[in-house]
Amino acid sequence: MKTKAKKWFGRYWIYFVVVGFWIVCEVLMQQNALSPVIRNQLIPICCWVTMAVSLNLVVGISGELSLGHAGFMSLGAFTGLIAAGWLQHAAQMESPLARLVLAMLAGGLIAGIFGFLIGIPVLRLRGDYLAIVTLAFGEIINSLIINLYVNLDQGTLYFKFLKGRGLPGIPLLAGAQGPDNITKIALIPAGFVLVILTLIVANNLVRSRTGRAIMATRDNRIAAESVGINVTKYKMTAFVTAAVLAGMAGAMYGLFMSTATKPTLFRYTKSIDILVFVVMGGLGSLSGSVISAALLTILPEQLRFLKDYRMLIYAVVLILMMLVSNNPLIRGWMKGIREKFFRRNKQTPAAEARPDDGKGGGRS
Amino acid sequence: MVNFLVNLVNGLSLGSVYAIIALGYTMVYGIAKMLNFAHGDVIMVGAYMSYVALRSLSLPPVVAMLLAMVVCTLLGITIEKAAYKPLRQATSLSVLITAIGVSYFLQNMAQLIWGATPVNFPADFITLPSIELLGGQLIIEGATLITILVGAAVMVGLNLFIGKTKIGKAMRAVSEDRGAAELMGINVNRTISITFAIGSALAAIAGVLLWAKVFKLEPTTGAIPGIKAFTAAVLGGIGSIPGAMLGGILLGIIEIFGRAYVSTALSDAIVFSVLIIVLLVRPTGLLGKPIQEKV
Repeated sequence: MKTKAKKWFGRYWIYFVVVGFWIVCEVLMQQNALSPVIRNQLIPICCWVTMAVSLNLVVGISGELSLGHAGFMSLGAFTGLIAAGWLQHAAQMESPLARLVLAMLAGGLIAGIFGFLIGIPVLRLRGDYLAIVTLAFGEIINSLIINLYVNLDQGTLYFKFLKGRGLPGIPLLAGAQGPDNITKIALIPAGFVLVILTLIVANNLVRSRTGRAIMATRDNRIAAESVGINVTKYKMTAFVTAAVLAGMAGAMYGLFMSTATKPTLFRYTKSIDILVFVVMGGLGSLSGSVISAALLTILPEQLRFLKDYRMLIYAVVLILMMLVSNNPLIRGWMKGIREKFFRRNKQTPAAEARPDDGKGGGRS
Repeated sequence: MVNFLVNLVNGLSLGSVYAIIALGYTMVYGIAKMLNFAHGDVIMVGAYMSYVALRSLSLPPVVAMLLAMVVCTLLGITIEKAAYKPLRQATSLSVLITAIGVSYFLQNMAQLIWGATPVNFPADFITLPSIELLGGQLIIEGATLITILVGAAVMVGLNLFIGKTKIGKAMRAVSEDRGAAELMGINVNRTISITFAIGSALAAIAGVLLWAKVFKLEPTTGAIPGIKAFTAAVLGGIGSIPGAMLGGILLGIIEIFGRAYVSTALSDAIVFSVLIIVLLVRPTGLLGKPIQEKV
């Protein structure tokens, strides 16, 4: 009985952490005790957590290194912004929540469609070739959006490429200058709901037959194929799910930043930042991604007093973390501690369970 | 026609820069099997060092460049020893994140030392006069010509080095099969260090040549050209040295022609689309070896 409860808690504790954090924030905000810095960070944190969890589905669960995840966020953000602008000005929809939800659905849908289309060529490749192609797609998406102009005139959307002049009506998206005429409608509760939704989707995917098939293809592609698993189909499932979630997070982020959402925000450096969240949280560990994304978003903000040394310290911490966590001596200690305190803990970190992530192929 | 030739020369020149950077990526990949994301930032450091040598130390341009090469070589070896060597047995993703950490470190260090204000390319760095061809219709600037010549010299020199010398042979052996190379008495760690040293020295050369192209030098100058050169290395087949040269030059020409005949704003999209199309037809790049799957 006791072990059953433990198992249940081991599975669902992250939901309690998220909901608990949300309640604490809400209470503090009621009493005006939450510092504006943190308050303004809450929605971005929710977005980055969603990004990290969804990227973990691709990198940790499916085992394919993607360096273009921010591209899907970008697609979601600008689709969401345009959708929200249309709902606001043309459809005269009053409720911000309804606009937000519809915009996020639109963002997720478009990102999902692109995820599928991009997945077809990308998932044929292996290892580092796959990584560079995802990076290339992210950059292509970025440079296409920079050149996209969208205007709204009497309920009709006008799209133009490269040059925005001559479009009728009010501009919604003006190339590199970013969006215009769109109200900020992102809500903090909606952010937390997005995180919880993402966790439910990701956890259900991982713990289903599909998820086991995805992990089987990660651990040994050939063995998985030989027992009749359709590798492309399952990798695609993970890839598209991640893209949809990223698109929704993007729409949320776009509607939080509104006119400050510049297409250049979502270049490959952003994808790499999200990858850092995932690796720091632990490959394949969804709850690890949640915590590391939240901490690594808050931490740089709290270190602002260090001024110019802030990012330098971040870089050093990044290198040291990798050196320490891969040091055989310290690994041994950690293992000892884990065995001492959590006896018969059957969960092994996915990072260790991955014998070869397909990239060290020539190293054997 | 003259326009076409001008673009071709400019493309060759940009391609030479990409090729030199791509060589650094591909050599390190071939031997250490890692994506050295910090390579682009070593380029930036090289450009800044040459600037320091030229302005603060008032050295002649060629000496300034040599000094930058020495500093970058030491930097490359230090990075390898401090950050990458302890991770030989780690997953490639840990090494990738470390390389990203090194990249952030170099960028922020450069910003602390030299500030974020862009530095213009000093006019007295490359003082070769322009040459005129076809009765004055085709003017090739000194910097462009130097870039192509240096690029060609680097490629020939590196090919000879890899092909003829004992260290070059060791490098090829390590990239072929590290374990077997070690059994043959090759000092693998030293070979990897030498590879980093050569790659970083090339990065210093590329830094100056790139600076002459982009004109403004900032702490982030190396990042995007680094990524493009990496794309070039993948285009040619990562790990393959002739592939990096071919990929670099092709990419430079494609970029310049894309800018001239399609759209400046879309030149990046064109470059990356070419990469994707090539990889769809040849999944391991133009000159890459096909991956063999063992069961």
